[in-house]
Amino acid sequence: MILDVILFYGAAIVALASGLFVIAQRSPINSAFSLIVTMCSLAVMFAMLGSGFIAVLQVVVYAGAIMVLFLFVIMLLNTKQDEGDRGGGIGRAAMALGIILALQSMVVVWKGAETLPANQRVTTSADVARGLFSSPRFLYAFEATSILILSAMVGAIVVARKEKGK
Amino acid sequence: MPDLDALYTSTLNGFEVAHAGFVQVALAVSAFLFVVGTVGVFVRRNVITVMMCIELMLNAVNLAFVAFSRAHGTIDGQILVFFVFTVAAAEAAVGLAIVIALQRHREDLDVDSFNIMKG
Repeated sequence: MILDVILFYGAAIVALASGLFVIAQRSPINSAFSLIVTMCSLAVMFAMLGSGFIAVLQVVVYAGAIMVLFLFVIMLLNTKQDEGDRGGGIGRAAMALGIILALQSMVVVWKGAETLPANQRVTTSADVARGLFSSPRFLYAFEATSILILSAMVGAIVVARKEKGK
Repeated sequence: MPDLDALYTSTLNGFEVAHAGFVQVALAVSAFLFVVGTVGVFVRRNVITVMMCIELMLNAVNLAFVAFSRAHGTIDGQILVFFVFTVAAAEAAVGLAIVIALQRHREDLDVDSFNIMKG
């Protein structure tokens, strides 16, 4: 369908442009909003690649929860603007060279991925759940992530807490 | 009431006639975003912006995982994306807590001013 192609390529172009804006902006809040746009267009690409469950997770977890946390901290700290690039003129030259490097790596990967097959299988959340839980291959890793989340939560509270008597 | 089953199937069918170049485009976009994120980590000054560049790199890797999952017709890539999500959430929570602590103790978020470990 031609609509699929337009949607996918449009999302790819938006992702490239807004990804570039993330590092080209001066103020962190503009970077954060550019990053949200990048994540939403990546979610569109995930959906068009046939993994709808990951696309939903991308919007809910990344563009929703994590970026709200970032915006909350930026607004809480009310940080002053990022004053230019590191190292002045050299920093600006480094950014220009880095963007050239990014374009080069894009071309290299484009050439290298030419022979990859495009499988037509569409995966649902049930497939993801089956892959995750039906064999012990990822089961222990899944249990380990629950411990990781718990310890990260405790760690975040301990680090950000105001010390008593100060 | 519309037939939900038919709706769901037609949506899936919409995805099934995907263009063959999707995987290639996705991988190229992924490479570009990863390098842009790396450049941002080195070039930007604000700690929060540096962390957002790390998130950009993680997103680029997720896109590569999904594209390869699509190319090879397996589910493993998507499961790894699931793990990347949880680790990124934990990393953002702890990292932003550290940023808040830094702001409280130093009143400064410029990465160049944190050089206490420099030899």
